[in-house]
Amino acid sequence: MNNSPYFLKPASVQSVMMRVLLALIPGIAVYVWFFGAAVLVQIALASVTALLAEAAMLKLRGKPVMLFLGDGSALVTAWLIALTFPPIAPWWLTVIGVLAAIVIAKHLYGGLGQNPFNPAMVAFALMIVAYPSLMSQWPAVGFTDFMPQWNAIFGTRQLDAITMATPLDALRTALHTADARATVAGVLGNDATFGNIGGKGWEWVAAGYFIGGIYLLQQRIITWHMPAAFLATLFVISGGFALYDPTRFVGPSFHLFTGGAMLGAFFIITDPVSGCTTPRGKLIFAAGIGLLTWIIRTFGAYPDGIAFAVLLLNIAAPLIDMNTQPPVFGHKRKGGRPS
Amino acid sequence: MNALQRLFRFNGGVKPDYHKEPSTHLPIAVAPTPTLLVIPLHQSIGGPPRPLVKAGDGVLKGQRIGDADGNVSSAVHASTSGTVVAVEMRLMPHTSGLSAMCVVIEPDGRDEWVERNPFDFRAATPTATRDYLRDAGVVGLGGAVFPSHLKLNAGKQGKLDTLVLNGAECEPFITCDDVLMRERADRLLKGAAIMREMLAASRVLIGIEDNKPEAIAALEAASAGNIDTTIQVVAVPTRYPAGGAKQLIRVLTGIEVPHGERSTDYGVQCFNVGTAFAIYEAIALGQPLISRIVTVAGNVGQARNYEVLFGTSMRDLVALCAPLPDTDRVIMGGPMMGFRMPSDDVPVVKATNCVLVGSQKLFPQPPPEMPCIRCGECAKACPADLQPFEMYWFSRARIFGKAQEYHLFDCIECGCCAYVCPSRIPLVDYYRFAKSEIWAREVEKDAADLARDRYEFRLLREEREKQEKAAKLAAKTAAGREKAAAALAEAEKPARTPDEEAKHALIAAALERAKAQKEQVHPENTGNLTAEQRAEIVAIEARRAEIREQAKPHLRQDD
Repeated sequence: MNNSPYFLKPASVQSVMMRVLLALIPGIAVYVWFFGAAVLVQIALASVTALLAEAAMLKLRGKPVMLFLGDGSALVTAWLIALTFPPIAPWWLTVIGVLAAIVIAKHLYGGLGQNPFNPAMVAFALMIVAYPSLMSQWPAVGFTDFMPQWNAIFGTRQLDAITMATPLDALRTALHTADARATVAGVLGNDATFGNIGGKGWEWVAAGYFIGGIYLLQQRIITWHMPAAFLATLFVISGGFALYDPTRFVGPSFHLFTGGAMLGAFFIITDPVSGCTTPRGKLIFAAGIGLLTWIIRTFGAYPDGIAFAVLLLNIAAPLIDMNTQPPVFGHKRKGGRPS
Repeated sequence: MNALQRLFRFNGGVKPDYHKEPSTHLPIAVAPTPTLLVIPLHQSIGGPPRPLVKAGDGVLKGQRIGDADGNVSSAVHASTSGTVVAVEMRLMPHTSGLSAMCVVIEPDGRDEWVERNPFDFRAATPTATRDYLRDAGVVGLGGAVFPSHLKLNAGKQGKLDTLVLNGAECEPFITCDDVLMRERADRLLKGAAIMREMLAASRVLIGIEDNKPEAIAALEAASAGNIDTTIQVVAVPTRYPAGGAKQLIRVLTGIEVPHGERSTDYGVQCFNVGTAFAIYEAIALGQPLISRIVTVAGNVGQARNYEVLFGTSMRDLVALCAPLPDTDRVIMGGPMMGFRMPSDDVPVVKATNCVLVGSQKLFPQPPPEMPCIRCGECAKACPADLQPFEMYWFSRARIFGKAQEYHLFDCIECGCCAYVCPSRIPLVDYYRFAKSEIWAREVEKDAADLARDRYEFRLLREEREKQEKAAKLAAKTAAGREKAAAALAEAEKPARTPDEEAKHALIAAALERAKAQKEQVHPENTGNLTAEQRAEIVAIEARRAEIREQAKPHLRQDD
C-alpha cells in the first residue's frame, strides 16, 4: 500500500460475523433444552446449503470464492433462517428458503453489502406465503425426543403428536376465530402453550437471545438505537392497547418475549446492509418495524409480523437515511459556543 | 495547569498504538551538516519563491536565497554557509515523485552566520512585523507549512479571544513537539508571548495530549516563574486526531470552526508549538527558519529526535539511526497521514516533522479489500462527523456531486475511517481521488469558459474585420473608377509640353517617396521584435494551444 494510513486496526468482516454467530449460541442452547436438537439439524442443513450456494454464485460471478466464503456472512444468514423456521420443517423447506436468500436476495442484487432486503427475512416471507401450514407447525415444548423430530425433517411426517401452534398463533386464532366471548386472560389461562411471560419455553429462548444481544452491544457490533427503539415501540403500543382493552389486546411482556421479537431486535433488524445507518435513522427504522410488527401480529393473517415489517422498512431505509443525516462538524450551531 | 479549565470533546477518533516512547529516550541531537544541501525553493503554501542566488555565489548561513513571491508565500534561506553549486530541478519530498527548483549548496564548514539583529516588533507596525516574519521564512511547523505571518492577524475585531498552541501531537511515532516542549519550554513560552501580543489575544491555551506528562511538567515549570500569566497549559485526552487544529480548538474552547471559514472570525487562532519557537528565534534572535526538529522512528535501531538543517538528505538523517536491514520505505510524517517518499534521497524541508522508516513487517500489506457492509464503524470514528461510507459509495461510483453533498471537502483525511474499516477499504484514497477529480474538472471548466469567451471574441473580431475590409474595398473601387475616368480624360488631352513632362516626373518621384515612407511607418506589428518578445509570443501561443486542447471535449459537447 502506497498511501496512508499505513497501519490498520485488526478488524475484519469475518471477525464481525463470527462474533454474531457466537452471540446466537446462548439462545440456541436454550432452544435445544426446551425443544430438542432438531434446530441443530436445521442449522447444519442451512449452513451447508448456504455455503454451497454462496460458492456457486461467487464462481458464477467471477469473484474469489475462498476469500468471500470466509467472510461468514452466508453462515449468519443460514443460522437466522434456521432459527426463524420451524425446527421440524421438512428439509426441503429450509433448503429452498436458504437458496432464495443467498441466490436471489443476496447475489442477484450484487452480493455482500449490496442487498436492499434482509436475505433471511426474504426467505421467511417467501416460505410463509408459499407454505403457510408447514411454516406454522412448531414443536410442542418438552417433547425433545430426537427421532420423531428427525423423521419430521427427513422422513414420513407423523406430526400430530409433536406439534402445536406457537403462542402468538394460538392467541390470534383464539381471539379472531373463536367465539366473540374469548378474552386474552381466558386464552392465556386455559392453554398449555403459554408460560409465565411470553409462551412456555419461548420466553427463555428470548432471554438467551437477549444475552447474546447484550454481548453484541458490548462488542460495539451493534448500537443501542435499533434494539431500544424496536422494543420500546413494541412495549408502548402493546401496553397502551392492553390498558385500553385488556380483554382483546395482550400486554407488552407477551409481545416482547414471544415469537421473533428478541431475535429480531438484536440480530435481524440490526443487519447494517439493508437497514438505516444514521443514528436518528436507526431509531425511526426500528420504531417503524416495531409498529408494523404489532399491527401485523394483532390484525394480520400471519402468526408473526417481523419479517414483513423488516422488508417494508428496508424499502424505506435509503429515504430515511437521506433525511436524517447528522450535522457535520462545525455545521451544528451557527458559530459561537455550544451549550 | 488550570484545574478549572473546562474541556469539550469531539466525536469519533481512534486510539492506535502510539509507539512514541522509543524516540524520547535521548535528548535532541544536532544532525551533522551534510556534504551537500538541496534546499527546495517552494517549502510553504503559496507562491514559489524566486531564487536570489545563482551557481557560483557564496552564501552565508541564514542568507535569504529565495524571496517570497507576493504576500502568500514565504522566504527560504541558506541553512549554512558555503557555495551555491547549482540552482536546478531536484526530486521533491512528495509522493508524486515530481521535481522542483532547488538551490544546491556545498557547505564550506565554517557555518558562518549573516548579521543577525533582533527585531523590535513593539516599535514596528503590525504589517512591518508580518513582512519581517515572511522574509524570515516562518511557516507552520505542524506539517501544513502555511505562512505564519498571514495568521498573525487579529482580523476585523483587532483582538482575539484565544490563541491556541498545538502541542497535542496525536500522530503515532512522532515526538518532535514533545521533546521541543521538554527541552525548550522557556523559549517556546517567549514565542507564545510575542504571538499573544501581536494578536492581542486575551489568553493562550497550550493543548497537550495527556500521554506527554514530561512536556506538560516542563511547560508548567517554565510558566511558573512567569512572563505572562495569561498562558495556560492544558492536558487534553489522548485520542487521535486531537492534534487536528479544528479538533483541538473544539476540545479547548468548545468552538467548532466550520470548513472554509477563518477561525479568527470565531475569536480563535491555532499554531503549532514548533512555530512559536521559530517565531521566538526570528524575532528575539534575528534568526530565520533554517532548521527544525525531526523525529526519526520506526524500523530503526535507535529512534531519536534531531535538529536538522533544511536540505539535508533523508538518507543521511536515517543513517544516523541505524535503519534495520529489511527497511523498504521512508515516510514523511506519521503512519496515519504521512506520505511515502519516492526515494530516501529527498531533502528534509519545513514540513518534515518525522521521517518514519518502514518495512513490510512494521506496516504490513493489508488483507484484500472487501465490499462495504455499511457497518458504520467509519462514521463512529470520523472526527468531522461525516458519513464516510456514503462518500465512499459515491466517490467509487464517480458521482462526485453527491459525494460533495455528503461534505467530501469537510474531510481532513485523518485516516480514522480507513483505520477502523473491517472491510479494509482504503477510504482516504477514494476521497483523495474524488477531490482531485473535482478540482481537475473545475480547472477544465474554467479553461473551457475562457476558451469559449476567446472563441466568441474572435468570431466578433473577424466579423468586424470583414465588415471593415468590405467598406475599404468599396471605397477603393470607387476611387479606382474615378482614377480611370481621369486617365481617360488625360489621354484625350493633347500631348504634354516638356515643361509639363518635367512636372509630371517630379510628381511621380514624390509619389514614390510617399509610398516608401508609408511602408516604413506601417510595419507589421510582429516585425522588429526583440528575441525576448518573440519567445514570449511563442509561450503565449503554446499556452493557448494547451487551453484549446483542454477545452476541446467541452466545446464539442457545447456544439
